[in-house]
Amino acid sequence: MSDLTNVNPDAEKLEGMEHTKQYDFRLPETYFYRSEKGLDRRVIEKISYFKEEPEWMLQFRLKALEIAEKKGPPRWGPDLSGLDFDRIYFYIRPTERQGTVDSWDEIPEEVRETYRRLGVPEAEQRVLAGVGAQYESEMVYHKLKEEWEKKGVIFLDTDTGLKKHPEIFKEYFSTVVPPEDNYYAAVNSAVWSGGSFVYVPEGVEVEVPLQAYFLLNAQSIGQFERTLIIGAPGSKFHYIEGCTAPAYTTDSFHSGVIEIIAQDGSNVRYSTIQNWSHNVYNLVTQRAVVHAGASMGWLDGNLGSKVTMKYPSCYLVGEHAHGEVLSIAFAGDGQHQDAGSKMIHAAPHTTSSVVSKSISKGTGRSSYRGLVQIYEGAEFARSNVECDALLLDEVAKTDTYPYIEINEKTAHVGHEATVSKLDEEQIFYLMSRGLAEDEAMALIVRGFLDPVAKELPLEYAVELNRLIELEMEGSVG
Amino acid sequence: MSDTTLEIRNLHARIRGGEAILHGVDLVVPRGEVHALMGPNGSGKSTMAKIIAGDPSYEITDGEILLEGESVLGMEPDERARAGLYLAFQYPVEVPGVSIANFLRLALNARRPEGDEIGVMEFYQKLQKAVAALDWDESILERNLHEGFSGGEKKRSEILQLLVLEPRYAILDETDSGLDVDALKVVAKGVNAARGPGFGALLITHYQRLLNYIVPDRVHVMVNGRVITEGPKELAMELDQKGYDWVRDQVGA
Repeated sequence: MSDLTNVNPDAEKLEGMEHTKQYDFRLPETYFYRSEKGLDRRVIEKISYFKEEPEWMLQFRLKALEIAEKKGPPRWGPDLSGLDFDRIYFYIRPTERQGTVDSWDEIPEEVRETYRRLGVPEAEQRVLAGVGAQYESEMVYHKLKEEWEKKGVIFLDTDTGLKKHPEIFKEYFSTVVPPEDNYYAAVNSAVWSGGSFVYVPEGVEVEVPLQAYFLLNAQSIGQFERTLIIGAPGSKFHYIEGCTAPAYTTDSFHSGVIEIIAQDGSNVRYSTIQNWSHNVYNLVTQRAVVHAGASMGWLDGNLGSKVTMKYPSCYLVGEHAHGEVLSIAFAGDGQHQDAGSKMIHAAPHTTSSVVSKSISKGTGRSSYRGLVQIYEGAEFARSNVECDALLLDEVAKTDTYPYIEINEKTAHVGHEATVSKLDEEQIFYLMSRGLAEDEAMALIVRGFLDPVAKELPLEYAVELNRLIELEMEGSVG
Repeated sequence: MSDTTLEIRNLHARIRGGEAILHGVDLVVPRGEVHALMGPNGSGKSTMAKIIAGDPSYEITDGEILLEGESVLGMEPDERARAGLYLAFQYPVEVPGVSIANFLRLALNARRPEGDEIGVMEFYQKLQKAVAALDWDESILERNLHEGFSGGEKKRSEILQLLVLEPRYAILDETDSGLDVDALKVVAKGVNAARGPGFGALLITHYQRLLNYIVPDRVHVMVNGRVITEGPKELAMELDQKGYDWVRDQVGA
């Protein structure tokens, strides 16, 4: 393998970069291996070789590549013309050993340094790093982990999941989002790396949220993470991923696939807040299949990136299945957040609810793109969609693309959309109570997002507010 | 004298780029006193209230607003508030998703040096006291600012904020309008609770009714953008009986 490249950290180049925003920096990485730029069969063979994967996975990847090549990128939605595959590394293997980290000491110093620069207190850093769950003490965390293991809960990175639990993996992998689904799902299927693998057995309730170890280097979330979550019948848990990821400045493409299977009577929540650097194309497929009596909730926060296309979906396939999407998008200068949801009602008495909140600033643009589809025979299905857009100035833009297809007479579907501008009277009122103009604006925005933010655990809500405030810097005109 | 008053001196103002509304207002409210400002609809009372607070939709073409001898004209609305001015709005806005408690904590902290945020106990005691003075239930503090409030509740909230923020000078813009007698009594009780040597207020009202519950030290009368006369509290009573035409005739305005 003579063409494998050992790449030294290009520290000099990185140090020269301007860190214009507090959250927009990164520290030098030390690569062990990275693929050549571009996407072809050889790159995929190398990925699979390095990961020591079973043959079926290699074949799956190669087939996915064929599908991607046949499909080509979508011709609708935001402008993706700046995305050039020939300039992208499709695989980077970090020097750190693969697998999740058990203790704070194992977190690389540069990651800890990054958290310090984010101004996150250590207790919170541990939480964000996925080490300490909600507690500072490692003892407590290990106890949690032990407890999970005792209950049969599997919580691993996806690569390790494939190795350690091949049967469960093979049974569910790619059943929710097959490579044929869309171009970016096909690309992800070909080159996926990292992500989380979660299995919660029948009747098991996990009280403390399962928080993804969220490494800032290429490891956990990566560019092409693949997350597979299975809630067995009657299980109940909350999976949380990400937060103020200081995102990459060289990798300009992120395309994840998240597959969730919520089996009968389970209750699954998936929350994520992402903050990508402003040159990233963030194209993610998030989908859940929701069985009878199960409840699935997506909470999705999208900040940063150049273009985001993300439509968390619920396929409600069993009677009385319930799906929910709460989403927040912030489109700053030059950014396009094309986010929304899909609710597919394929069984009687299924219910769904979508609350989407977007904020646009300057030349930013946020779009809501949503589908509610009710199949014939999905009797008494009910769906309610509410999307609210807030424009911070006269230039900012927003638009809504609701698609509603109803093939069932007894169904009930509601859709409500509002657009508001940051109100001068509100600002004056708050200022008359002593708040500076930027504080007043931030408060109005926080209030606008509150219905979604209050569904987040406190530390994430705090983090979200901090991010929004940073994004709003310079809004006072 | 001037370092313990709110003084409006020869104030001329107009809607930004539009019609002139104030044509030389002169008015002094000493700290420790409560004055009433009366006058017919459209005389410029509410406009003046907003101008004192720093509403950017108006511009001042001449005159001065002096807070204890210091001009506030170059100050932003928030700076004026932190300097001790308060306006109880005639139509308070709604701010969805922001609880009253949260908002008041921010407003109080804005008045304190950075790193010296108000303590939890001190804050809570302040709120409790204010809520009690208005015969209100503490649960109101967790409600979002004026979201779904009735007109009367909004007015009560304005007085609640006044009691918590403890300004040196307050302007109450038609705080009595739209209130029934019971609500009026509650609001008056709140304002009277704020009275004292460190507090001056200007009550803007059309009606004498409010002044039965908050007895003013002086009454000023505004007609067509100017204060045309002033007098003791009995003037309000006379106005109520004889109407504004009577004052106009009296002063030849």
